[in-house]
Amino acid sequence: MKEWPLWEVFIRSQHGLAHKHVGSLHAADAEMAIKNARDLYTRRNEGVSIWVVKSADIAASSPGDKEALFDPANNKVYRHPTFYAVPEEVKHL
Amino acid sequence: MYAQLVDTGVQRVAALEELPPEERAFQERIDADVKIEPKDPMPEAYRRTLIRQISQHAHSEIVGMLPEGNWITRAPTLKRKAILIAKVQDEAGHGLYLYSAAETLGVSRDTMIDDLHTGKVKYSSIFNYPTLTWADVGAIGWLVDGAAIMNQIPICRCSYGPYARAMVRICKEESFHQRQGFDLMLALCRGTPEQKRMAQDALNRWWWPAVMMFGPPDAESVHSAQSMRWKIKLVSNDDLRQKFIDQTVPQAEYLGLTIPDPQLRWNEERGHYDIGPIDWDEFYNVIKGNGPCNRERLQARKTAWEEGAWVREAAAAHAEKQAARCAKAAA
Repeated sequence: MKEWPLWEVFIRSQHGLAHKHVGSLHAADAEMAIKNARDLYTRRNEGVSIWVVKSADIAASSPGDKEALFDPANNKVYRHPTFYAVPEEVKHL
Repeated sequence: MYAQLVDTGVQRVAALEELPPEERAFQERIDADVKIEPKDPMPEAYRRTLIRQISQHAHSEIVGMLPEGNWITRAPTLKRKAILIAKVQDEAGHGLYLYSAAETLGVSRDTMIDDLHTGKVKYSSIFNYPTLTWADVGAIGWLVDGAAIMNQIPICRCSYGPYARAMVRICKEESFHQRQGFDLMLALCRGTPEQKRMAQDALNRWWWPAVMMFGPPDAESVHSAQSMRWKIKLVSNDDLRQKFIDQTVPQAEYLGLTIPDPQLRWNEERGHYDIGPIDWDEFYNVIKGNGPCNRERLQARKTAWEEGAWVREAAAAHAEKQAARCAKAAA
């Protein structure tokens, strides 16, 4: 028999925070994946909301693309507030 | 430990200069404490060794449910029963986190389970001992989970990201396991003389298997040296064992129990306890399949897997039917 598909599990820990990836599990369908995620990843009040998505449906960047994707951000220091010298007399900036 | 005698497939640890360029680049990343993630390039031997280590660890968690599960229906109070159920459920969870971590290396869940059932991959020697009395549940939590924590905390810093992350979750939950075990032993030791005798008997039977759990001395082992170089093993077996003994002996004294080792002495000079000789023949015998419960444990796992087959098939068929219905309604 074929294995049940693999699902990635995302949990939101409290209202106001984003869902965060916590791990994966096997389940026959989405409904079972949510039930299993409840038992597997929220046994100690870790969450108030669960997302599950089939692992096969996730598109991911590859390690080989790291430079092309992320290097351009490296030399744009002016995007950070610390790039700008603020005169000491000026407040609330 | 939970993963014992893990084979790395290497004959000797090669010097950095001897490595082919790709492996050298990999080793340099490890040396710089860069975490390795599933899609990163990695040497085949690293990948295979990790699969062996993580799957062995996962199998230990799953088989580890059996000796304790044995006492769920006979727990002396509702409180103890609820605690034990929660603990055994955690062990199932730990097994599942670890199987998922191993799957990121390209091995399927079914393959790992099959390797357990055919005896190709082992689980920890410790779970081949029987739980004869209720005190054994306390001794397992106190000693076996105590030893497990000692081993698992360093692995939270190991080089493979998914394994390290699984281990962080596990360590957070593990300390409840050790405390409930000690709490159970404490209740027995403060109870009737008969209860205290039961606690002493459990310590007598579990002490040496727990000490052996760390595995034989590995200072000379090429596999340990290679695993340490890859940072998938961070502390030697003997160092972990010493730490475990040093921390556990005073706890036994507090309980008023005697460690079953007449040669156990505090060594002022070393600042550690010295212990008597460990019976490694027993350890190898248990690993080879001749411990008191090896056959029973493996049979229980195989039976559970076979008897659950119809459930897995039915759920898959149901999911397929539902998906087909949805597709038809949408068309």
